[in-house]
Amino acid sequence: MMPAIRRLSAKPWIWSYLGMTLVWLATTIHSGGTGGAQVLTAALSFATFTVIVGIGQMFVITTGPGNVDLSIPSTISLAGVVAMKVMEGSDDLLVVGLVIALACGLAVGIFNYLLIRILRIPPIIATLSSSFLVLSTAIAYGRGLKIKPPPLLADFTTAQVWGLPILALVVILFAMAMSVLLHRTLYGRSVMAIGQNMRAARLAGIRVERVRFLTYTLSAVLASLTGYLLAGFSGGASLNMGQEYLLASIAVVVIGGTSVAGGRANIPGIWGAAMFLFLLVTMLNTFGASAGIRLILTGVIIIAVITTAGGDEPQR
Amino acid sequence: MTESTRTIVALEKVAKHFGAVKALNGVDLRVEAGECLGLVGHNGAGKSTLMHVLAGTLTPSSGTMSVRGEDVTARYGVAGANAAGIRCVFQELSLCPNLTVAENARIFHPSLQGFGWKRRARALIGAKLDEIFPGHGISADDVVGDLSIGKRQMVEIARAFTISDAPLDLVILDEPTSSLDAFTARQLLDYVRKVVGGGMSCILITHLLREILDTSDRIVVMKDGAVVAAKKTEEFDRDSLVRAMGNVVEMTAIKVHEAHERQRGATPLVVEARSSDRDAVDLRAHRGEIIGLAGLAGHGQTAMLMKIFDAAGKHRGSTRVDGPVALVAGDRQTEGVFHLWSIAQNIGVRSLAGMRRHGLIDASAEAALGEEWKRRIGIKTPDMNNAILSLSGGNQQKALFARALASDAEIILMDDPMRGVDVGTKLEVYDLIRDEAEKGRTFLWYTTETDELKNCDHTYVFRDGVIVADIARADLSEEKILQCSFKESA
Repeated sequence: MMPAIRRLSAKPWIWSYLGMTLVWLATTIHSGGTGGAQVLTAALSFATFTVIVGIGQMFVITTGPGNVDLSIPSTISLAGVVAMKVMEGSDDLLVVGLVIALACGLAVGIFNYLLIRILRIPPIIATLSSSFLVLSTAIAYGRGLKIKPPPLLADFTTAQVWGLPILALVVILFAMAMSVLLHRTLYGRSVMAIGQNMRAARLAGIRVERVRFLTYTLSAVLASLTGYLLAGFSGGASLNMGQEYLLASIAVVVIGGTSVAGGRANIPGIWGAAMFLFLLVTMLNTFGASAGIRLILTGVIIIAVITTAGGDEPQR
Repeated sequence: MTESTRTIVALEKVAKHFGAVKALNGVDLRVEAGECLGLVGHNGAGKSTLMHVLAGTLTPSSGTMSVRGEDVTARYGVAGANAAGIRCVFQELSLCPNLTVAENARIFHPSLQGFGWKRRARALIGAKLDEIFPGHGISADDVVGDLSIGKRQMVEIARAFTISDAPLDLVILDEPTSSLDAFTARQLLDYVRKVVGGGMSCILITHLLREILDTSDRIVVMKDGAVVAAKKTEEFDRDSLVRAMGNVVEMTAIKVHEAHERQRGATPLVVEARSSDRDAVDLRAHRGEIIGLAGLAGHGQTAMLMKIFDAAGKHRGSTRVDGPVALVAGDRQTEGVFHLWSIAQNIGVRSLAGMRRHGLIDASAEAALGEEWKRRIGIKTPDMNNAILSLSGGNQQKALFARALASDAEIILMDDPMRGVDVGTKLEVYDLIRDEAEKGRTFLWYTTETDELKNCDHTYVFRDGVIVADIARADLSEEKILQCSFKESA
């Protein structure tokens, strides 16, 4: 028993699942044991979107200190707005809308990388400034705001089987695929090598710039996919639909056990952390906390989790 | 070794265990005032651990330690070592890369405070650098991270010898010349003799036996965490020292190599780097050759290797490189190891492309590669899945060699790769390099150790960023290299 516990506690993702379970239990007990299952279903639905952007952010953060994508929120908005406008609520244009949404992400990713590479702007500034440009584009194009999503997309993003959201199941499979990408492909290994020591990675024959390009592009494309799905899920696109994903995308990566210093990444933890974040807000709502208290507590709890569980274990 | 007043530090039956690994196994060691003590032994013999105990950074598991006859076992630490006047220059350099040379000097000297501390720190370290390494070319305002590894080592050494208010009786130098060229190393060893003559003591650890025999008064030989011999230097010669360390192959091995001399240029040209300077010599390497790059440290050897590395498989202007290239880094902490990864992963990283099956990396192929090279290059570890940092410095370096040699590269660049590697390992790696060259690989080998150039078919000497001489193996000598390194251009 003891060795099993010790082995589990060495897994960096275990803490996010532990936190998720505790918060869920507290909520369920407070509400007298009812609604526990519905809360979990809702958590799965909403966590899905955080997971998709979180995975993109994870790859970026894993490429080393200073690497972060702050343009995720505005990319979500742009992709959502553009896709809704293009599809005009028609099921026939479902695929066209998806392709165009992903193309928006691709363009943002390439633009981010060019700022970082050619103009040598630090990623945090580059992605922040590009996010203003991207959001302005979304506003200029914003006549898509009142448009309803195609019914097929709305149905797909909200459908459930036995209380399990279908989209969540798809994204669990997607997360597994991303885990294989991280651990078993040249690209994933390269990301982790660059995150540990960029110079050593270059000298070990890794094509550092190509990998960084792919990483920023992947992050932006995943953000645009989220924008497309989220617009379907919530009945249309809005300009601030991506806002909450700025903190969330980074928080789930860190709480999930990925090293902020780069080089070590963890995908299962992202699911646990995304569920934890949603359940945390639900718990505070159930307890009747006001909006102000809720924000303060969310911040404090995230800090606490990162300090106790998200920290790097000593090397060696 | 009778009068205890002259004994600066004495260790009795000191042992240090890391879990099941016995790094030190009951060591007795005394250092007298005014002596230079040479310490030799293979990688993993426990030399560095012993020095960490003396410097107070590691606490022994058992045994006693006394400073000037007084038992300090229970209360010794970094502060204790400092108060006792004991300083250590570690093998893995310990300067803060983001600070200037003067600011790094200040860290050792808390008394440098108040108005004008920076000026005084600058003067302190500047004067010491001038004293030990005249003509060093380092400014006290240089940021350490911008200096080459050789210059960082010079700063680290000079800093250890600076004195403000704390006493200084014993300086421990762990592989101090590993990144220094022959000329600078000479300056350091002369300085050591000078301060030892003045009554200070030094412990000198180096794998270069010539340095030990020329510089120290007494030699202690370590093997498997214990002292196996301790005698006056006069009683040792090179052969008996090698025997005491437990290695008898050295002299014969080098002789065998000389028999392999080949006709230069009989094989196709694989690397060519033409210089724009008309007086300079162009670099040319043919398939299967081992080519040395020599000269004073920082005169363009590493820059040349980088130029070739970047031109791999291309014809780019004046540089032409036919075939894949791999590089063995010498500055292993900043350019070599991936600290979060296992030994096997560190070896496999250069060869991942070839380990894919259906696009996915085959974990068993990676493990097999690790095991193969553990055997071929003799990495000392119970498990190749252990973290790379669990290895001693020399064994980490072996892993970096394995990374390059296991790859598909036909051209192997080596950037002074033998830093902190013991004699036995070096000979094994020399053999490996020679074998691989026979099979058609080409080696370009920058080294600060003149002896290593004897393994090379011919040697280019660098000065001020260009090649000024091309010396055949038969004509090679330390004087000749130094002469070319300093000669004024005509």
